[in-house]
Amino acid sequence: MSVKGLDNMKPIKLIAASLAALTLTFGSAHAAGGDGKTVDYDFSFEGPFGTYDTMQLQRGLAIYHNICSSCHGLELVYFRNLTEQTGPDMPEDMITELASNYFIPDDGLEAQPGDERPAGLSDQFPGSALSNAPDMSLLAKARAGFHGPYGTGMSQLFRGMGGAEYIASVLTGYTGEEKEEGGTIFYENTAFPGGWIAMAPPLWGEDIEHADGAPNDLESEAQDVAAFLMWAAEPKLNQRKAFGLTAVILLSIMAGLLYFTNKKLWYDVKHPKA
Amino acid sequence: MGGIPHDHYEPKSGGEKWLQRRLPILGLAYDTLMIPTPKNLNWMWIWGIVLVFTLVLQIITGVVLVMHYTPHVDLAFESVEHIMRNVNGGWAIRYMHANGASLFFVAVYLHIFRSLYYGSYKAPREVTWIIGMLMLILMMATVFMGYVLPWGQMSFWGATVITGLFGAIPFVGEPLQVWLLGGPSVDNATLNRFFSLHYLMPFLLLGLTIVHVWAFHTTGNNNPTGVEVRRTSKEEAAKDTLPFWPYFVIKDLYALAVILVIFVAIVGFMPNYLGHPDNYIPANPLATPAHIVPEWYLLPFYAMLRAITFPIAIPFTGIEIIDAKFFGVLVMFGSLAVMAAVPWLDTSRVRSGRYRPMFKWWFALLVVDFFVLMWAGAMPAEGLVPVISLIGTVYWFGYFLVVLPLLGLFEEPLEQPATIEEDFANNHPADAEGSASAQPAE
Repeated sequence: MSVKGLDNMKPIKLIAASLAALTLTFGSAHAAGGDGKTVDYDFSFEGPFGTYDTMQLQRGLAIYHNICSSCHGLELVYFRNLTEQTGPDMPEDMITELASNYFIPDDGLEAQPGDERPAGLSDQFPGSALSNAPDMSLLAKARAGFHGPYGTGMSQLFRGMGGAEYIASVLTGYTGEEKEEGGTIFYENTAFPGGWIAMAPPLWGEDIEHADGAPNDLESEAQDVAAFLMWAAEPKLNQRKAFGLTAVILLSIMAGLLYFTNKKLWYDVKHPKA
Repeated sequence: MGGIPHDHYEPKSGGEKWLQRRLPILGLAYDTLMIPTPKNLNWMWIWGIVLVFTLVLQIITGVVLVMHYTPHVDLAFESVEHIMRNVNGGWAIRYMHANGASLFFVAVYLHIFRSLYYGSYKAPREVTWIIGMLMLILMMATVFMGYVLPWGQMSFWGATVITGLFGAIPFVGEPLQVWLLGGPSVDNATLNRFFSLHYLMPFLLLGLTIVHVWAFHTTGNNNPTGVEVRRTSKEEAAKDTLPFWPYFVIKDLYALAVILVIFVAIVGFMPNYLGHPDNYIPANPLATPAHIVPEWYLLPFYAMLRAITFPIAIPFTGIEIIDAKFFGVLVMFGSLAVMAAVPWLDTSRVRSGRYRPMFKWWFALLVVDFFVLMWAGAMPAEGLVPVISLIGTVYWFGYFLVVLPLLGLFEEPLEQPATIEEDFANNHPADAEGSASAQPAE
């Protein structure tokens, strides 16, 4: 045969080469397209060892409480969750007070239909006040798929990009342009798919003052609330990563022991005496 | 069990003898565990154990999940989140179950492609192969129904699209679809029956697993050479084989431990990577997601379904014999059917791909084709994707229906070792000078 290289190539190499070529194709194709620009913010909970930053979650909670909650619900989160050590770790009395600002349907024995009462520690956050404002409990996980390349999730795998990046990018992605369509005002946003979002810019920077004087510019606020929403969507992230680490270590030890057991067991079979 | 001659169980103590005369269960366990296994099996022969482990893992985690899950359209989504947030360790159980499905399919595809390469489907192992194919179809049905249970957006729309396929069947399609769904559209009745079947099918799989193992314990394992174990005497068989315990149990457990390291790393560090984010949005019959995509393991077959966009028609008359949608459905199920028929399509007498110089290339192309189809299934059907899907589909069918039947006629196979013992000795020559027992002393 004349094609020497092809002759020497083994089929397994063909498979490997094709896979590599496919991956490269995805990469270059992605660079050309994409429907929204997402900034790769650094979050404390990225990577196999990353955990939530308690102070950041508390700042994010303050932003959610003062700004987002006027339209968006957080139905899957209980007020008691805010006192969890792996979450915002807030003191119980502060959360009891915070909860009393939210009103939920009263299902007490003497309540009339339509009655409301202030929420307590054992209650959930109320749902969204506006019908077109999505509940934010799972937003950070539900919006993790915009990233490409081509749905392969390579950017999630290698750069830790996920829903938190997307939320922060939307909050900082307003260009200031507006347009009216069918009586609704849309705002141009570089991160939102399609480029126009119905939500008016909710954050402008310096919207709230943090007691410890932490930065409250727009980018910091956006990241703080995105981190808080990531926690709301995945409250067990810290425990999960601790589990992952422990399990990887224990199983690696077991794999190591089994490797040597196997090697010893087969030694006589693979090294026959002459 | 077993066609390979070997020592059988001898009850020794009084208690063993008593039990063996009444129920030979110890003998069955002994013969199963001590089955003579070709000693040259390579690392591609570990996937069976991985699959058994995964089936047990899925059943255990699944049974626990059911204790906290509520199969009702208004409550299912929240009950899954309740598991994730309020049940002790619930997040771990659910993430293991969801990613366990991926582990299941990684293992089963490697298991299948191993059989395709080493000719494990050939006589006398056709029954093992056919049962395996039934198990694959059952697994696909199980995983599809399981994915509907969290009642997220992809659950609902995936169920709508896939059950819609049955509607494409001529004449009986629409009533059949209504009967399957329990109503005119995917709703509470659908969720309930999918839940019921999702709980039932793993136990059918468990039953088929036993039959699958029984079948290949009767014929004996295939091996990388494709050369059969000598059965003329116990002594000769013993030269080709080693007992399953401890040699292959320990080897398989080692491989399983390595695979589990990767598995727990995915569960611990990136449990949502393989899933679709849209499934964290509660099902909404009024809002169709932009792209409805199955999970990665069903993508190759989904790509073949979508590749067909044209009907079968009588030329120049415009009369459609089979419309495009039904043709697509036939192609999707046909892709599994041709694979199931491979024992009778492959005309080569040489079992192992190792000794088939031309086959190797066609096989490698089939593996590439599988990945290309997987990619094409994930992409929106625009641009070049439909063409690529169609080429991939044609090759998939071509491999089984054209390439394999013809290769056996044209291919000049390489020389095979006479025995497994010889193959093993070639790879593991004796330590000292002198020779392994298979080679004549010189």
